[in-house]
Amino acid sequence: MTTRLKETDVVIIGLGAAGGVAALPLAQAGLQVVGLEAGGLLTRKDFAPDELRNNYRGWPQAAQKANQEIPTSRANASSPTGPRGTIHPMMNGVGGTTLHYWAQSWRLNPWDFKVVTETTRRYGASRIPRGSTVEDWPFGIDELEPYYDKVEYEVGVSGQAGNVGGKVDQRGNIFEGMRARGYPMPALRWTEFLEKMASTARSLGWHPFPGPAAINSRSYQNRSGCMYHGFCNRGGCHVDAKNSTAITTIPRAQATGRFKVVTRAHVTTIEADSNGLVTGINYVTDGVDYFQPAKVVLLASYTYENVRLLLLSKSKAYANGLSNNRGQVGRHYFSHHMLAGVSALFSWNTNSWYGLPAQGVAVDNWADDNFDHSGLDFIGGGNLWVYSDRRPIGAAGTDTFGMAPRWGSAWKTFIKQNADRTNNAYIQKTTLPYEDNYLDLDPTVKDPLGFPVCRITAEFKDNERKIAAFTQDKMEQWYREAGAIAVQRGPVGGAMGLSTHAYGGTRMGDNPSTNVVDRFGFSHEAPNLGVLGASTMGTSGAHNPTLTVQALAWRTAEHLVKNWKSIATA
Amino acid sequence: MTFISRRDLLKRVSAAAAAPVVRASAGRASRDTLAGQGPPAWFSGDEPSANPAGFPAAESATSGVQAVQGQPRLPLESLTAQEAELMDAIVARLIPTDENGAGAIEAHAVHYIDRALGGALAASRQTYTAGLAALDRYAQSSRGAPFTKLSPTDQDSVLIDVETGAATGFTGSSAAFFAMVLSHTHQGTFGDPYYGGNANWIGWDLLGYPGVRTVVSASDQHALESGQLRSNHKSAYEYESFTKASYDHEA
Repeated sequence: MTTRLKETDVVIIGLGAAGGVAALPLAQAGLQVVGLEAGGLLTRKDFAPDELRNNYRGWPQAAQKANQEIPTSRANASSPTGPRGTIHPMMNGVGGTTLHYWAQSWRLNPWDFKVVTETTRRYGASRIPRGSTVEDWPFGIDELEPYYDKVEYEVGVSGQAGNVGGKVDQRGNIFEGMRARGYPMPALRWTEFLEKMASTARSLGWHPFPGPAAINSRSYQNRSGCMYHGFCNRGGCHVDAKNSTAITTIPRAQATGRFKVVTRAHVTTIEADSNGLVTGINYVTDGVDYFQPAKVVLLASYTYENVRLLLLSKSKAYANGLSNNRGQVGRHYFSHHMLAGVSALFSWNTNSWYGLPAQGVAVDNWADDNFDHSGLDFIGGGNLWVYSDRRPIGAAGTDTFGMAPRWGSAWKTFIKQNADRTNNAYIQKTTLPYEDNYLDLDPTVKDPLGFPVCRITAEFKDNERKIAAFTQDKMEQWYREAGAIAVQRGPVGGAMGLSTHAYGGTRMGDNPSTNVVDRFGFSHEAPNLGVLGASTMGTSGAHNPTLTVQALAWRTAEHLVKNWKSIATA
Repeated sequence: MTFISRRDLLKRVSAAAAAPVVRASAGRASRDTLAGQGPPAWFSGDEPSANPAGFPAAESATSGVQAVQGQPRLPLESLTAQEAELMDAIVARLIPTDENGAGAIEAHAVHYIDRALGGALAASRQTYTAGLAALDRYAQSSRGAPFTKLSPTDQDSVLIDVETGAATGFTGSSAAFFAMVLSHTHQGTFGDPYYGGNANWIGWDLLGYPGVRTVVSASDQHALESGQLRSNHKSAYEYESFTKASYDHEA
């Protein structure tokens, strides 16, 4: 038997990076909001500096719905499904993955919004990779700038601006779009090693700068500055210096008295009436079924679950899944190409035991269209990121660069000398959507409730692999110039697999035959259904998606507030 | 270095039974303390850190494997005695006790694995049973003796076969089994001592890791960069502010 709850104005599915932000402008505007979160509530006491638990055992202290519905994955429709993972890259909990993410909080560059137009203008339409379904965003970066600004100040982002009001500042990213003002906090500090890498980049004629992070570099909003203790990578913050939505926008929304947080709510389907409007959410808590009626539904789980929930929510109006009458749900999927890294070995200690992955040196000279592609056979590029992050178990497993076996006395000699002498660069690369990369429901694998899990069918194509090889060349040059005695590269990329940067599947755009949601994030087919998250993004750029996801979430919420009557009573 | 089986060693040390009995019960106590969400007794503030219960640093540093294996085993929770003996022999080759100091044996990597196989690593228990049996069969068939009776050189050559997938008689790939054992041996040697391994900070000292801190100021970082930051030999759970991890929780 299903318990029917009292109707609310808005129900949000998932209180992570996106839903946790959207709740605030809605509640502040006077709407009654219910937030359904699959996980529980964690606080800073739960975030012990424990490498084994954080990095090798997932997050067992949280209720992990996600781990029971890990997507299956294959490279393409004719390849076999690969082995299924045991730990989902994202987590459940109030705040979602903003609890344990790296917290890199980038704006996209202007080019990322206009890939088709700009590529065609500069190099000709033939340079759009064959088979790609890429479109321009329905708006440019100017439209999103006020929301980037809003989130940077509301959540708290540290960094060094590179273009305030059109005035380029060499200390920041000279390629960034114009911003109204700088960051609310200065960038995180650098170590000697990072300083050295930055000066080396300058000697190459490049423009290094500290990356932006949703981490306090000093006290902000009555919360502590970062303690640099080294357990930030898949770890929550013990002093609340990492600005997850759990300690920023969510409590502020709750303080209005109009935002109700429901934890351990396992959403199963979204209901729609015969007119195609959504009416509410079915969810299960401890085996008890509930129906939460709502005037508006905001779907804000992760990309895989956003797509899965839509495909599972079949009704008279939507025989193939909610908002899928044009077959676009699951299409235009891609995950960020952030494999194909480069590792270096130095002859001196880098002193990286304490630090965090968001503390580092970025080079954007080889990202996006920041360099001339006339003589090249690809479009886009990658952000080079050198950061400070090391823990003992991980250090013991580090590559030996062909200088020693992986175990035994010779290995022990190697690791004793070199445990702190390696560095791994993280290179995020432009990734595009393609006709034959998509998400759907797995035909055989089901979750414990009997619902099919999501299936990924996706692989990196030539354009991504060429960017990978090109940016690896640049990274190797940087490391060698800084004195690396050995450099190794990862493979340039095959199957996409499961990712923490998963895009598309409910793409945003003006054309309803190629996009699921409109330019404000509302369904082209079900006008009182909004979708939040990177599943709405049509391009990745070369930078982490979270800040863009949060800016879009704020914008969707603001649009809903301004158009409440027409959307809620559609 | 001559390999001596644990059984032989136990016989040799049985004359000095009094101390081992005390130490064995200390081991049990620390396990119980863990179950009650406290840190192992041997690194708690109550113990003199120079001589944590059961792990006399001076002895292990100077006398190598024999002296260490002369210590009684902490009570087994998951592995059989035979499996534990085989695991001891394996980890003694993976991270040996040598001129660079103590290794996986002294760090109690096998104790870590034994405990974890009853909890967080329970899903791997069957793989250990089958893999260890296959490894010993392979040692017998290819080198003419059980693994623990082989010379260190022959043990290494068996392990290389297992690592490269050349060893026969495994269910699935022997390389996958090797990779799992090596990874768990790393966890037991370099993980937080809260989980039962990295005894006496052997793993962290080998790497030069200066210890778990909750605050690393700019001047701490400068001290690290100028070689002045000394290891604090602290576990995450010695900081009172944290909710204890459940060490046996299913991942």
